[in-house]
Amino acid sequence: MTMQTTYPLFTALPLAAAFFNLLVTKINKKAADYIAFLAAGTLAVLAVLTVFEQPFAYRVGGFPAPWGILLVSDGLSSLMLVIVNVIAFLSIIYSIKYMTTYTAKPKYYSLFLLMLTGMNGVVITGDLFNIYVFLEIASIASYALVGFGCEHEELEASFKYLILGSVASTVILFGIAFLYSMTGTLNMPDLARQIEILGINKAVAFVIAMFIMGFGLKASTVPFHAWLPDAHPSAPAPISAMLSGVLIKAIGVYAIARIMFNVIGPNEAVSSILMFLGALSMVVGVFLAVGQSDFKRMLAYHSISQMGYVTLGLGLGLNPNVPPAIAAMGLFGGIYHMVNHAVFKSLLFLCSGSFEYRTGTRNRYEMGGLIRKMPVTSVTCSIASLSISGVPPFNGFWSKLIIIVALIQASYYVYGAIAVLVAFMTLLSFIKLQRFVLFGQLPARFANIKEAPFGMTFPLVVLAVLCIGLGLAYPFIDQSVLQAARDALLDKLSYMGYILGG
Amino acid sequence: MATKPELISSENPKGMTPVVKTVVRFAMGIVFMFGWYIIIYGHLTPGGGFAGGTILACGYVLLTLAFGKEVALAKMSDRAASIIDNSCAFLFVAVPLVGMAFGYFFLNFPPHGKPFDLVSAGVIPLYNILIGLKVTSSLFAIFLALSIFGRFVSKLVEEAEEEE
Repeated sequence: MTMQTTYPLFTALPLAAAFFNLLVTKINKKAADYIAFLAAGTLAVLAVLTVFEQPFAYRVGGFPAPWGILLVSDGLSSLMLVIVNVIAFLSIIYSIKYMTTYTAKPKYYSLFLLMLTGMNGVVITGDLFNIYVFLEIASIASYALVGFGCEHEELEASFKYLILGSVASTVILFGIAFLYSMTGTLNMPDLARQIEILGINKAVAFVIAMFIMGFGLKASTVPFHAWLPDAHPSAPAPISAMLSGVLIKAIGVYAIARIMFNVIGPNEAVSSILMFLGALSMVVGVFLAVGQSDFKRMLAYHSISQMGYVTLGLGLGLNPNVPPAIAAMGLFGGIYHMVNHAVFKSLLFLCSGSFEYRTGTRNRYEMGGLIRKMPVTSVTCSIASLSISGVPPFNGFWSKLIIIVALIQASYYVYGAIAVLVAFMTLLSFIKLQRFVLFGQLPARFANIKEAPFGMTFPLVVLAVLCIGLGLAYPFIDQSVLQAARDALLDKLSYMGYILGG
Repeated sequence: MATKPELISSENPKGMTPVVKTVVRFAMGIVFMFGWYIIIYGHLTPGGGFAGGTILACGYVLLTLAFGKEVALAKMSDRAASIIDNSCAFLFVAVPLVGMAFGYFFLNFPPHGKPFDLVSAGVIPLYNILIGLKVTSSLFAIFLALSIFGRFVSKLVEEAEEEE
């Protein structure tokens, strides 16, 4: 079977596995590991295979386009599928060992697979209401996962995330209802055509504001970021890696990019709002991050700051008054940084989980000298720190460089200067991290700790190799997957054409 | 599964007053029949799996309130609720996957029959029944989780008070 006939498996397989898992584990508790491993592994292989497919549209149930649900596969969605499923697979491998410290492991895997269903669904669908449904599946699974430890702080963080997330979902639903009442369609390619006819009137502008607020909260851009620094550190480490590495991209930034570029189309006002929010996130996130003592909380603030770069790049790409080549370059930088951030931030969160697994603390001032006791984890942590701070030749350097060069060429000198400043602040913050965690004096009580088990170091090594590989291979990937993703966003006409396909 | 007659008799001291028990004994069959009617006629009349499932779950909640948890748990235990819940959700994904073998995901592959017949519309009645069972068992399981958890907490409080 080709990819074109098996495309819905990206949502069907994890959904079926989630419930099958709960049935089987009533008989045998050990089976949960294997089911989750097999399901996530199959999805990762399928995701890599979609990259080699030409763009296509899939009609669910065989119904023709504006009436039935379309699933769309193009450059951007296949890139997102690879990020989501590969990192999910590595997190599952990591969980097999790490989650033995928690109870109810089968339920954890089921929630994980449900979250994966939601993210894959948002990425593959071409229907606006479907986006809302899958976004809620992913969000509700993640509310439960954030509170999975059932400790006081975790439940509080989960509750806060639940309330803010529900408000955002409601606002998104209102926006969708507005668009439906104006155009009478929910199919995104069809909606793009209708809005082309309608123009940006006041109602559409209101919908754009609702979407920026709703999806912006899911992507944790700054005025809506309050839940993230509580929620991401409270979750178990593999879930933090999923939330920070993938979830805020799949249901936040991806959804914004898809709707703003392919459905509504380039627009100067939206572009300036996104760029402002991006720059604000970068600055606020990094300044709050420097002073944190909790390892995972610091990483969570850096997620806000790094997602600011992505939003800034997307905003620049959305501006119709900038020369197309420069806009495309900014967008390319944004997408590239999104991929890089997924790799190094999930690596950092998994490293923090390994340190916590052996030392029992998350306070970075209580650690020290761990590079002598846990060499693999420390070296991978160091690689990720250098990547996120933008040290050449690691991957973070190239994407930040492209964004900054594009900003300068488009004469956004202030934003360019802010991007450079934030890169230096990030470097400062991570040098501090390395100084206190990896080097320095080893506290006496950690004299007998060992390296984390193989199941937990293996995903770290894979991600570290990706960090270096994506950086060194930069000259070769210009003509590849990333460019296909960029072109998919810039080409609104061919997105509208999917209504005929399938 | 037949319920033991002494559990639902008005003389049993557990549960509510004999008036409530008598009314519930009469109303019970009607509530369950109405729930199943809404589910099975879901593709022909307003309603469907979710609405009917909610009514069925309310029936179980009514049983628990009127006669105490023993009667409801004898009808559907928490373990049975969980198994029904998961298997229905699994089958709900499995049926569209069978449709995929016929060409498309979610394809309505069986013969559609004559419109307005009870057995018509292909797989849609099947989806309604699966959703109905899932909603019944999940809502009842949520009710059980909340009420059992509440009892557990109050037992802890009692023990703490006794120690004092």
